Amino acid sequence: MSVNNTQVKHIAKLANIPISEEESQTLAKAFSETLEVVDNLKKADVSQVKTTHQVTGFKNVLREDIAKEKNSFSQKEALANAKVTYKGYFVVPYVLQNKDN
Amino acid sequence: MKLNQLTLKESIDALDKKEVKIEEIYQAVDQACEAENSKLNIYLSTNKEALNQAKAASDKPLRGLPIAVKDNFCTVGLPTTASSKVLEGFMPTYESTVTKRLQVNGGIIYGKTNMDAWAHGSSTETSDFGRTLNPRNPEHLPGGSSGGSAAAIAADMSIAAIGSETAGSIRQPAAWCGVVGLKPSYGRVSRFGVVSMASSTDSPGPLTKTVEDACILLNSFAGPDEKDGTCNQEKAPDFTSFLGQSIKGMKIGVIYQDVREIGETNEKLLKELEILKELGAEVEIAQAMDPHHAIGVYTVVQRAEVSSNLARYDGIRYGNDRSHFGDESKRRIMLGTYTLTKGYADKYYNLAQKVRTLYLENYKELFSKYDVLVAPTSPSYAKKIGASFESAMFGELEDMLVEASSVSGLPGINVPFYHDQKTNLYLGANFIAPMWQEEKIIKIADAFEKNTKWNSWRNK
Repeated sequence: MSVNNTQVKHIAKLANIPISEEESQTLAKAFSETLEVVDNLKKADVSQVKTTHQVTGFKNVLREDIAKEKNSFSQKEALANAKVTYKGYFVVPYVLQNKDN
Repeated sequence: MKLNQLTLKESIDALDKKEVKIEEIYQAVDQACEAENSKLNIYLSTNKEALNQAKAASDKPLRGLPIAVKDNFCTVGLPTTASSKVLEGFMPTYESTVTKRLQVNGGIIYGKTNMDAWAHGSSTETSDFGRTLNPRNPEHLPGGSSGGSAAAIAADMSIAAIGSETAGSIRQPAAWCGVVGLKPSYGRVSRFGVVSMASSTDSPGPLTKTVEDACILLNSFAGPDEKDGTCNQEKAPDFTSFLGQSIKGMKIGVIYQDVREIGETNEKLLKELEILKELGAEVEIAQAMDPHHAIGVYTVVQRAEVSSNLARYDGIRYGNDRSHFGDESKRRIMLGTYTLTKGYADKYYNLAQKVRTLYLENYKELFSKYDVLVAPTSPSYAKKIGASFESAMFGELEDMLVEASSVSGLPGINVPFYHDQKTNLYLGANFIAPMWQEEKIIKIADAFEKNTKWNSWRNK
């Protein structure tokens, strides 16, 4: 299975990773190299096999739905590492734009 | 002998007998760091308050001794970067369960150790803050991703260390640095506050000078945690109670003897395992499922979980924006995104999770005949610096022999089983047991260590 750099650019957009044209070329090569190894999996007979997503066997681990103050951040703590804040809020980039802009 | 060369157990005993003062141990560790850290690049940051904290912990189980902690454990007041520029300058506002318990038990965080960025790798060469060198031979890599923690032990720059493993990240650097590394069963130790990598296999654990030290340190932080839903809610055993036990009658299966790439390492291991027969265990060659498939399983599962876990780094709430990811992380995040996209999820992700089931079934069968399985931890000695840049699959190939047990959640321990005098490098053996049965690997590894000449602290 090989991957071309157009696919790589699409994946980069989905993963929100900024990459250069040059990087898309090297990444396409690295992806193809990795997928070649992964393709070995297709040799295994798994027609009768179920998937394993976790190995502990624990099911429905629940706790009481009670907020514990000692386990929660204060507003000050939550904002402590933010680069930009405004009146006690995080500042985020625009998501919706006015179409005239 | 210098005091930084003491094992954890020896340090505790010497302090209790008042043969040494805690200040003297810190002085010796400080001196080793001043002499070597700028060259070996083991610590990314150190705790300026360590000695003061130590003095207040003299009556606790770990007596205030200095412990190296991998830089992916959130530590209040100490920077936590996971060796990535995305987290450069990040100061956690909460403490990981492991480091909190460590401190409650009198272990002091001496410093935060270098690692592959986000734990993505097996060389500690993909750190955004420069590679760590192997203290046994600085022309070689320490392995990874917990390479800084393994190197801190090999260089006697701490008394004991903590790392984390997803597939090989404790045991492989332990093998390459000639130290002991114990990966507990998945769920034995809380993941709360550890920078997430592959959530279905991440397991924190000790890197130490002896098996005994690994048990003492693991005792301080293993066990149930309400903050991690995947944690085993049963109380953890006293791991030190399995030390010094008879291994008479235990059945040991030697696996991967048919893997041709590791012929020479296999031969040496087989020879060294003879001692276990003399101690009364049964040792025979066993046929396990081809480890090559595990590379594919791990690659797909790990990339997919990485893609989800690292989506949170947006540079808004903390850290820097996503342009700060290094090459290896970009590759892994994007490949994971690819294998999870519509049309490819069945082809890769679900297929990998089915082959994972085959490994679980294979282990079930093997453990119906054997108590413990053993193979080399890594195909050969520590590779030379620069080696990790030669292939996009470097880590997976180096970790091939431990990946199947990791995706199955099994506990495993690395102990040195050979030392090459010319290069001063080590080979390590990986003993594994069924889920939750750490006692079996501890018994065997402890007996092996005490009855062979390969542990450099026991054979000073």
